[in-house]
Amino acid sequence: MKLTPVITEFWDDPSLYTLDGYRSHGGYQALAKALKDTPDNIIATVKDSGLRGRGGAGFPTGLKWSFVPQNDGKPHYLVVNADESEPGACKDIPIMMANPHALVEGVIITSFAIRANHAFIYIRGEVPEAIRKVAYAVKQAREAGLIGTNILGSGFDLEVTVHAGAGAYICGEETALLDSLEGYRGQPRLKPPFPAVAGLYASPTVINNVETIANIPYIVDRGVDWFRQFGTEKSPGFKVFAVSGHVKRPGIYEAPLGITMRELLDYAGGMRDGSEVKFWIPGGSSVPMLTPEHLDLPLTYEAMAEAGTMLGTGTPMVFDQTVSVVKAVTRWLEFYKHESCGKCTPCREGTYWITGVLEKFEHGHGTETEMDTLTTLCGQIAGRSFCALGDAAATPYPGAMKYFSDEFKAATHTSADEQFDPVKSYVFSGARV
Amino acid sequence: MTITNDPQTSNAGVAPAVDLVNVVIDGVEMAVPKGTLVIRAAEQIGIEIPRFCDHPLLEPVAACRACLIEIDGVPKPQPACAQAVSDGMVIKTQHSSEVARVAQEGVMEFLLANHPLDCPICDKGGECPLQNQAMSVGRPESRFEGEKRTFPKPININAQILLDRERCVSCARCTRFADQIAGDPSLELLERGAKQQVGTADDQPFDSYFSGNTIQICPVGALTSASYRFRARPFDLVSVPTTCEHCASGCSLRTDYRRGVVTRRLAWDDPEVNEEWNCDKGRFAFAYQSNGRVELPLVRENGELRPASWPEAMSVAAAGLEAAGSSTGVLVGGRATVEDAYAYSKFARTVLNTDNIDFRARALSLEESQFLAAEVAGRTLHTTYRNIEQAPAALLIAFEPEDESPIVFLRLRKAAEAGTKVHTLSPVYSLGSEKLAANWISVKAGTEAQALSNLDAAVRDSLSQPGAVVVVGERAASVPGLLSSVSRLAESTGAKIAWIPRRAGERGALEMGAIAGLLPGGRPISDSDARAQIATVWNVDADSLPHAGLSGAELISAISRGSIKAVVTAGVQPSDMPQGAELIEALNTADFVVALDNHHSDITERAHVVFPVAVVTEKAGTFMDWEGRSKPFAAAFRDALTLSDAGVLAMLASAMDSSLSGDTNTLRKEIASIPTWNGGRADIPTTNAESVDAGPTLATWRLLLDSGLMQEDEPHLAATARPSVVLISENDHVALGTPAFIAVSGPSGSITLPAEVGMVADGSVWLPMNSPGSHIYTQLGAGMGEAVTVAATTGGAA
Amino acid sequence: MTIEISRGITEATRNEMRELAARYPNPRSALLPMLHVVQSAQDEVTTEGIAACAEILEITQAEVTAVATFYTMYKFSPVGKHHIGVCINTMCGLLGGDAVYEKVAERLGATHNGPSADGNFWLERIECQAACTHAPVMTVDWEFMDDVTPESAVGVIDALAAGEEVWSTRGPKIRDFQATEHTLGMASDELATEGNSVDAKMLAGLMVAKGSNNS
Repeated sequence: MKLTPVITEFWDDPSLYTLDGYRSHGGYQALAKALKDTPDNIIATVKDSGLRGRGGAGFPTGLKWSFVPQNDGKPHYLVVNADESEPGACKDIPIMMANPHALVEGVIITSFAIRANHAFIYIRGEVPEAIRKVAYAVKQAREAGLIGTNILGSGFDLEVTVHAGAGAYICGEETALLDSLEGYRGQPRLKPPFPAVAGLYASPTVINNVETIANIPYIVDRGVDWFRQFGTEKSPGFKVFAVSGHVKRPGIYEAPLGITMRELLDYAGGMRDGSEVKFWIPGGSSVPMLTPEHLDLPLTYEAMAEAGTMLGTGTPMVFDQTVSVVKAVTRWLEFYKHESCGKCTPCREGTYWITGVLEKFEHGHGTETEMDTLTTLCGQIAGRSFCALGDAAATPYPGAMKYFSDEFKAATHTSADEQFDPVKSYVFSGARV
Repeated sequence: MTITNDPQTSNAGVAPAVDLVNVVIDGVEMAVPKGTLVIRAAEQIGIEIPRFCDHPLLEPVAACRACLIEIDGVPKPQPACAQAVSDGMVIKTQHSSEVARVAQEGVMEFLLANHPLDCPICDKGGECPLQNQAMSVGRPESRFEGEKRTFPKPININAQILLDRERCVSCARCTRFADQIAGDPSLELLERGAKQQVGTADDQPFDSYFSGNTIQICPVGALTSASYRFRARPFDLVSVPTTCEHCASGCSLRTDYRRGVVTRRLAWDDPEVNEEWNCDKGRFAFAYQSNGRVELPLVRENGELRPASWPEAMSVAAAGLEAAGSSTGVLVGGRATVEDAYAYSKFARTVLNTDNIDFRARALSLEESQFLAAEVAGRTLHTTYRNIEQAPAALLIAFEPEDESPIVFLRLRKAAEAGTKVHTLSPVYSLGSEKLAANWISVKAGTEAQALSNLDAAVRDSLSQPGAVVVVGERAASVPGLLSSVSRLAESTGAKIAWIPRRAGERGALEMGAIAGLLPGGRPISDSDARAQIATVWNVDADSLPHAGLSGAELISAISRGSIKAVVTAGVQPSDMPQGAELIEALNTADFVVALDNHHSDITERAHVVFPVAVVTEKAGTFMDWEGRSKPFAAAFRDALTLSDAGVLAMLASAMDSSLSGDTNTLRKEIASIPTWNGGRADIPTTNAESVDAGPTLATWRLLLDSGLMQEDEPHLAATARPSVVLISENDHVALGTPAFIAVSGPSGSITLPAEVGMVADGSVWLPMNSPGSHIYTQLGAGMGEAVTVAATTGGAA
Repeated sequence: MTIEISRGITEATRNEMRELAARYPNPRSALLPMLHVVQSAQDEVTTEGIAACAEILEITQAEVTAVATFYTMYKFSPVGKHHIGVCINTMCGLLGGDAVYEKVAERLGATHNGPSADGNFWLERIECQAACTHAPVMTVDWEFMDDVTPESAVGVIDALAAGEEVWSTRGPKIRDFQATEHTLGMASDELATEGNSVDAKMLAGLMVAKGSNNS
């Protein structure tokens, strides 16, 4: 399958992040078109396109928009989830740094469609470069009359606020993000009510991922048929894949959904010399790992689900034979422990407990009983925690045990570093493969 | 009249129709109102689902996950505390679902992983929801072998509450209580994840009058009180249901004692009154019960009080009172139980043959007597907590609920959160007003009556809505014409009046006729039918009943003049009264003073005979809350030998060849036999407002935690009191040259305190009425609304 | 290094905080940005800074403290001139970030989430920086330093310590921690046009698609 640069098509133009640069490639044509249409038509278009959320869950975007009650007299809000923090996910930040106007144009069109007059772009605080590029795009759009009152004479008014987070993975969970954006601790909210009914400031709110919104101008500009020519029936369109790990050319590869990992690997130059795939993860540490036998599966929501994992953020991490699964899983759990918000017992206590046990394995001090204990502890979190972060924390260990239980067994007597010389995994000189 | 309540009487109006839905819980079919939470529905059929974060009076958070249950057709177990039932829902708890059982066991194992095994030294041990639920739904043994999370041992979150962080299960009940119920979000969850902990801002304590409730709702031993910590094991305590004696809010309490000493008090459940809360004064202030007591009868001999036998003291007292004939009076104080107040009322009328009686040991007026007779007396449960909660609007007049009736404050806050518009007519926009998001009708102290007569149309309209309430405090008596205006306002808008005195005994004493001019049940003493009815109950000749006598202030003047020769007092402190100095002088020269008291005071020092009387733990009784709701209680210490006031009066009556029962049950029956009064009532008062001085006037009220006698010997509680300051408006502060200290002066002297700029009406200056360094009657000689002078000073205490 | 470390909350800082509060339908939404501004003024979040937020937003200091302690970017002792982050999450850590961290820690004489021996730097083992394609990743004042080695990372520290000009690999010239915090708080600065934030890895797929890259 061929690569299909759409969002990334003009990233080699160094002026793309400016208004003029973006416009020189047809930018903001979609906005002009949208503003001449009706909000309901735009919602229908996005619904028909079959676009699914690119943040990980894959919820149909148009359907999400249609949940917002119309003519309810309340203010509506669009909130862009730009809190990309999932280990392995690294595609929204590049989009914002390279093509911020695609996001801004998408924000304006989406706000118009859901009848929001104020949109917020919540960007994780640890990436000032993404924040300044998006803020600059917003500023230029405002100066050009694309944000503000009576946009392009349409009568539509919109304010866009760029907002920096302050270090909390949990704020990628949409209701935690809302609490954070309201100036509270970023802990998830009880649902119902769902954000579409009572979100930001208890008003109807749509929360979409950066890449999702960046798709909107292209769909509106080029149409449903164009969009649907990519991908599959259930996973239409294209995807900004970010391939990382022991590949020759890690980076951004935009391709239709349905491309296989093997194809992406080829585009990325294959594995580094002398190296082969040991395990890979299609979309962030929260989805179960796969092995070389899965390399020919199409990267779609449905095929990944069938393989017992998820497409997630669509940012494959590829690890070669030098990597200790025990160490990789332990590191992920340390992350979940660090990022647990503390609200619910299973996640707060479970990540603390599991991490402690995994660290024993990493040092070669685990026991076979503890392998079972870990399995049941993960079972005590999965489906019992308050939000998906808990489920995510319960994913790496069972996922790894499915294919690599021997490594954990070995870790009852031999440390991860003894099993796998860490230096061999390094990608800079000094690495010995 | 009845002093036990029919619970229905408070539910004025018809219960609204409820939509019922059918659900099945563990195979039991039941119908519950739509929207009921699964955990509550299960309780109705006796199924207890484990819980920590759940509390019926707090918003659900579903944080602890202890209550996971299975619902048919739902793939994941759901939290019963946040899941509302829907029609046809089939619910399986741990009793019938392996999924639920395993889920609950898993959560419990996680909760215990980091929980210390210090139950043997933990205050909560023996009454601990974590301990209990670990036994009922937990695994027999922990698999956790790691290092338990520890924190440096305990930290004070305020002067009276300590926090052991490693015991905390992050249920957030305490922080949610602080925010949702008390409106004091100064206790918060800090940090996150495994490090998440309860705490406050640096060097800022959890500042709340209701802080003690957090100890009680903590489902583990994380929050403990400085005064109770390590003092007792719950299973060594005897628990007795009681009623709080501190104010007219009428809280149900549980008093726990061991070996004859009260160790702690807890809020007890009364959904119509205090729900499940109480204030810190009610919870912590009880040391006075054991300390500084009058222990023996005393008689004065050669100018000195000496212990005497009961018979001797009785005969001295009887002789002294008989010598005075009907030239006597009775000052009841505001803390008597209903039964004791009734005994004083009857003792005055039938033994002393006088109507000179008053329960108001505070600023009072004849206008107030008339107001109470016209609007309040004989109308128990006329206006209730429920009315306040459901009111579309409430106007507070001379009433600071957070300080003067804290449970009313909580109910007003609940109402305000749900949409009730609260207005407050006051010279000061207090912290409490802020928490009620009240509309401030700013008024110079002393001009409240005029302001009330000139309310703007919007406020008036809001009070004209059906169900609106006018809440008026006892301080209204200080401002001539104010209570008359209240009556007129209620009449013209249709708003209900809630009169809310501070002290626990006032409403009961009013109903029992412990006030000149009124016989029990709100009967005018001038009314012949009223006299006849009471004479029948009392088994006396109606003609023998006295005619309208002197109320408090008049009575004190009469004692001063010598026209009243003898006086019986009960728990009165002169410093509480504007006429306090006059009273002390008068008692110095009075022929004969009999004091019934449990503590020594300026009055016992001057009495000719002092009788020790019981405190609330030593007697049965009833407090009638401000609503007129009777809250009976039994003696905590059933073997106590101390006599109640009624018991002493009965002996005294006997010594005076009269008869009066002192037995609580007999008195209760007698009170119950008094018919409801349907006869004439006093007219509403029509006192004119008085113009006030152009200069500064005094705004004042008693802070909840202050120098009150019954708060003595509780240093941890006292340390949480609000500091004594002079509150002044910014304009007035600037006019004085923005001094750090201000001296406020009145006829008797001055008070100097740190100046604090607040939301105060220009021309008014606020002082606490009875706090350390600020006792307005003794130090200033000026009361609420009266002229004072204000000056900048360089500092230092007065 | 153009900005001197200052430690007070001036009226100018308060005005910025007020400006932030006015950006939102509900002022409290500005709390996270305001705390960034506090750090830009104070090099840490102090009790004074918490009090300033509380006062402007009319909430309690406990409420501000609850929020400030939740988010890991807020520090409660002085960070110094530069914040140094080394990603040690699985991808970066295993691809060499662990070795980078070790060397940097040794160079600075610092431990995780603490100051360097000289107080000029702050070291932190950071979690995923959304740059796995550029592993191992380091950050200086949260600006990207992609594809570092232990040697190049120490080189960056040396250059910073010597006051030399250092550029982010995908971003502007390094300023200092407080300057970045100001960018985050106000959600803008004047540097958008300064640095190049697109590099070869971000163009990898595009180059393949254009058939112009086979390196």
